[in-house]
Amino acid sequence: MSDWIDICALDDLQPDSGVCALAHGKQVALFFMPKEDRVYAVGNYDPFGQANVLSRGMIGDIDGQPMVASPLYKQHFNLQTGVCFEDDSVRIETYEVRLDNGRVAIKIAG
Amino acid sequence: MSHKQILAVIGNGMVGQNFLAGLVKSGAAERFEIVTFCEEPRPAYDRVHLSDYFSGKNAEDLSLVEAGFFQDNGITLYLGDKAVAIDRINKQVTSAQGRVVAYDKLVLATGSYPFVPPVPGHDRAQCLVYRTIEDLEAMTAAARQAKIGVVVGGGLLGLEAAKALTDLGLETHVIEFAPRLMAVQLDDGGGAMLRHKIEALGVNVHLNKNTTLIDDGEHCLHKMNFADGEKLETDIILFSAGIRPRDDLAKASGLAVGPRGGIVIDNQCRTSDADIYAIGECALWNNQIFGLVAPGYAMARTVVAELEGAAGSFTGADMSTKLKLMGVDVASIGDTHAKTPGALVYTYQNGASEIYKRLVVSADKKRLLGAVLVGEASGYGTLLQYCLNGIELPENPDALILPHRSDESVGLGADALPLSAQICSCHDVSKASICSAIEAGCNSLPALKTGTKAGTGCGGCVPLLKAVMDSELAKLGIEVSTDICEHFPHTRQDLYNLVMIGEIRTFDALLERHGRGRGCEVCKQAAGSILASYWNEYILKQEHIGLQDTNDTFLANMQKDGTYSIVPRVTGGEIKPDMLIALGRVAKKYGLYTKITGGQRVDLFGARVNQLPLIWQELIDAGFESGHAYGKSLRTVKSCVGNTWCRYGVDDSVGLAVELENRYKGLRAPHKIKFAVSGCTRECAEAQGKDIGVIATEGGWNLYVCGNGGMKPRHADLFATRLDKETLIKYIDRILIFYVRTADRMQRTAVWMENMEGGLDYLKAVVIEDRLGIGAQLEQHMQHIIDTYQCEWKTTIADENKLKRFRHFINSDDTDDNVVFVQERGQIRPANEQERKHFKLTEVA
Ligand code: SRM
Ligand SMILES: Cc1cc2nc3c(=O)[nH]c(=O)nc-3n(C[C@H](O)[C@H](O)[C@H](O)COP(=O)(O)OP(=O)(O)OC[C@H]3O[C@@H](n4cnc5c(N)ncnc54)[C@H](O)[C@@H]3O)c2cc1C
Ligand code: SF4
Ligand code: FES
Repeated sequence: MSDWIDICALDDLQPDSGVCALAHGKQVALFFMPKEDRVYAVGNYDPFGQANVLSRGMIGDIDGQPMVASPLYKQHFNLQTGVCFEDDSVRIETYEVRLDNGRVAIKIAG
Repeated sequence: MSHKQILAVIGNGMVGQNFLAGLVKSGAAERFEIVTFCEEPRPAYDRVHLSDYFSGKNAEDLSLVEAGFFQDNGITLYLGDKAVAIDRINKQVTSAQGRVVAYDKLVLATGSYPFVPPVPGHDRAQCLVYRTIEDLEAMTAAARQAKIGVVVGGGLLGLEAAKALTDLGLETHVIEFAPRLMAVQLDDGGGAMLRHKIEALGVNVHLNKNTTLIDDGEHCLHKMNFADGEKLETDIILFSAGIRPRDDLAKASGLAVGPRGGIVIDNQCRTSDADIYAIGECALWNNQIFGLVAPGYAMARTVVAELEGAAGSFTGADMSTKLKLMGVDVASIGDTHAKTPGALVYTYQNGASEIYKRLVVSADKKRLLGAVLVGEASGYGTLLQYCLNGIELPENPDALILPHRSDESVGLGADALPLSAQICSCHDVSKASICSAIEAGCNSLPALKTGTKAGTGCGGCVPLLKAVMDSELAKLGIEVSTDICEHFPHTRQDLYNLVMIGEIRTFDALLERHGRGRGCEVCKQAAGSILASYWNEYILKQEHIGLQDTNDTFLANMQKDGTYSIVPRVTGGEIKPDMLIALGRVAKKYGLYTKITGGQRVDLFGARVNQLPLIWQELIDAGFESGHAYGKSLRTVKSCVGNTWCRYGVDDSVGLAVELENRYKGLRAPHKIKFAVSGCTRECAEAQGKDIGVIATEGGWNLYVCGNGGMKPRHADLFATRLDKETLIKYIDRILIFYVRTADRMQRTAVWMENMEGGLDYLKAVVIEDRLGIGAQLEQHMQHIIDTYQCEWKTTIADENKLKRFRHFINSDDTDDNVVFVQERGQIRPANEQERKHFKLTEVA
């Protein structure tokens, strides 16, 4: 079962950067790309560095695919699919995001 | 064939080893069992780069012998064993250790020895020479108890030795018998300019000096007495008054030697005994001794060809040289003294920039006969090609030595050289072989060097080699991408210029005008650093936040478990007791792990992101400011205690360190920058391992640049000596901003220097002589950075909005439950995986 969960106001996000939110006990990294008017949500846990840090990584694109670079050892993860660019056998959680009335909600298994 | 012939080689120096390496690659090796005697305690090493020993290279770095060379090729090496007799009748060699080796063919490669003039007192203690690693070790040991050193002989080697003495921290003098330095290679004008430059580096030059007696000094170990009645006291005397061929063994066995020494050889390098060859500095060909390595290598090739049965002959060698003497470029080509009948001479002298150039051309102005370059030798490669290949000179030959605007192309493009042109004379590599190596896939300088050996000898041909490579690659349509990443078709330096020229203030504007896509962590960080270096705005301004690496975003260093460390600035490593107490108090209050860093300050570990502002508030209240340990910016200026307390100190190193750190703190750069200041040559602050190192001397501050610890340590280069503080600061301002503007991303100053065309000399020309005319601009830029300095933590704490980011969750006050500490040696540390599992279990239970 999946639920939409209200997380925070869009204003609470950092343009062109990330923040971490707690949703159903899970740590979720939220990245706001204002130029495309998009927010991406992925798991905050870095499977390589084994720490909850991905929301503090830098974002951008590789070949047009949106990505976040881990702040610890710099692996890149696709923000849409969660797949690691350096090792496609590793994947992080991704979540659907809804922007509504200045609020941010994500869909998460409950 | 029944059995192999025995080939014995006496001497395993540069040429002896080059011969062996050539032989094993040739077809001839099969036919011989090879034996070599090596008098020195180690096999061949690079004597040409002997002085690098003082800038950190060790015997192993200098080795010319590949690992396993002797074993793999079945060569018997008698190390530390000197050949003492040749019995030509029984064809055998006897060694000092009593070995007797029968030979069929014998090669003498015994080199030469430094000539020590028979002045009374020349054999006193600490009278040394400069030829082997053991000599260098003796010099280093002697320098420990010495203050003053004298080199007798102002030739090429003498000046190198003088550099070594200054590097060892001694007051250095050069005594020359002739009326000019480098009398063999230079004319009077060139010699005078060289003298001027070398004196500016702090070496005292005495010309027309004839030493008549060395006896006891009053303040120093020795007193040198000269024919003109003058005297000079010194602790060390280094003789460098020429070389003499080591021909005693040959002479004793009845081989023909020249009237002034040297084993006589013919065009096949055969001595007067057809089974004995002589090569290298011990050999006398056409009444000439060749004191350079390239002719020796040519002789070695000749003998290899002989033994292979191929036609080879040695017909003399070009003695042109290009050197860097004490950081001064000096080059001489061909007939420098214009001895050819009818020769015409052009000279160019620039007193302000201390450049001297001289061309010697044929009477019809068509051929270059010789040249002398002092202070600026970038034209060496081109001129040498004109001279060696007899290429017709341009209508006005003086254009080749006159300064030129950058839009005019002067000299020979690599394209103009014939395929037969010899590019590397050390290893006799022609343009043709370089071209075929490039076609075979060597498309970088390192690959080309490994593939052809070109550029791996004296290194003088490297600029030309690169020019040939670039033009060939361009012809093949191969482009070597220097783009910073997929989002910008530019280098970091390009981006810097685009920001500067376009007055660009944000990444978005830069991307819009010059890039594509969304950017990535590479170009964003580079742009963030460039914008910060140029405009010096608060790095957490909204439009810059996304450009910062996590460490910069949170103004702290992320640790493996996602917590942070805190390193407040402790300028120069000087700290008041109250400040230490404050650090301790804060660390204790927040339960932080505390450690003294390698940079003379204190690191507090284990702070959670939400604790950072609280901790910093307390630190700022106690008088601390950010240490920028998180930034690619100035880190620490390490100091030793200096003359305030230390009995040896000659100046206030702590005072200067504090001043420098306060001046440059906050400067953002392509990579981190570290300084150190030592109060005397004992160098307790390790300044020669830093990007900027300063050492106090009696005469003022000595400035060292572009040192590095870390992954690939590099000793810093001596940049200028005896500076007053004002000049010192001026130079550092200029160097740092020039680095900021021209380095690649994540390039420390050491690598920047190594990749800089023209190297140390070029940097000196830009900074000291202001060759680009940008000195004032660089200083202004630095002044802007200094004027706009802010403690980023102070700014951040004062801004409610910025503080919003300093929490683990945007929607909860919880903290990260993955962060777990355990105790070790009385402090916290991150729990390992095992321990963490255990903790979670017990917490749940
Ligand atoms: C804390 C400290 C070790 C210590 O406990 O003593 C340290 C710690 C780190 N060093 Fe260092 N280095 C520390 C002194 C040094 C020194 C010694 C010095 O500065 O005198 C060196 C060699 C000197 C030099 O840099 O030339 C040094 C050479 C490096 C390098 C290699 C740089 C290189 O050019 O090869 C790195 C990696 C890098 O920068 O890419 C590095 C990187 C790091 C990083 C930032 C690694 C990282 O990304 O997490 C470490 C994090 C520090 C932290 O979390 O606070 N650290 N590091 C020292 C802090 C000094 C200070 O007060 O700021
Ligand atoms: C400080 C310095 C800087 C220099 N810079 C340059 C430069 O920039 N460019 C350049 O072209 N040249 C330069 N040279 C000169 C260059 O090093 C020599 O030309 C080169 O080393 C000559 O090689 P070689 O093999 O003939 O002699 P060496 O390299 O001297 O080798 C001879 C070897 O034979 C050994 N030997 C002698 N007699 C016996 C024996 N009876 N039994 C066993 N072994 C014996 C010696 O111990 C020695 O190891 C420099 C030299 C020095 C010292
Ligand atoms: S040496 Fe390595 S482990 Fe030690 S502090 Fe420096 S970067 Fe970290
Ligand atoms: S000429 Fe000396 S390395 Fe090429």
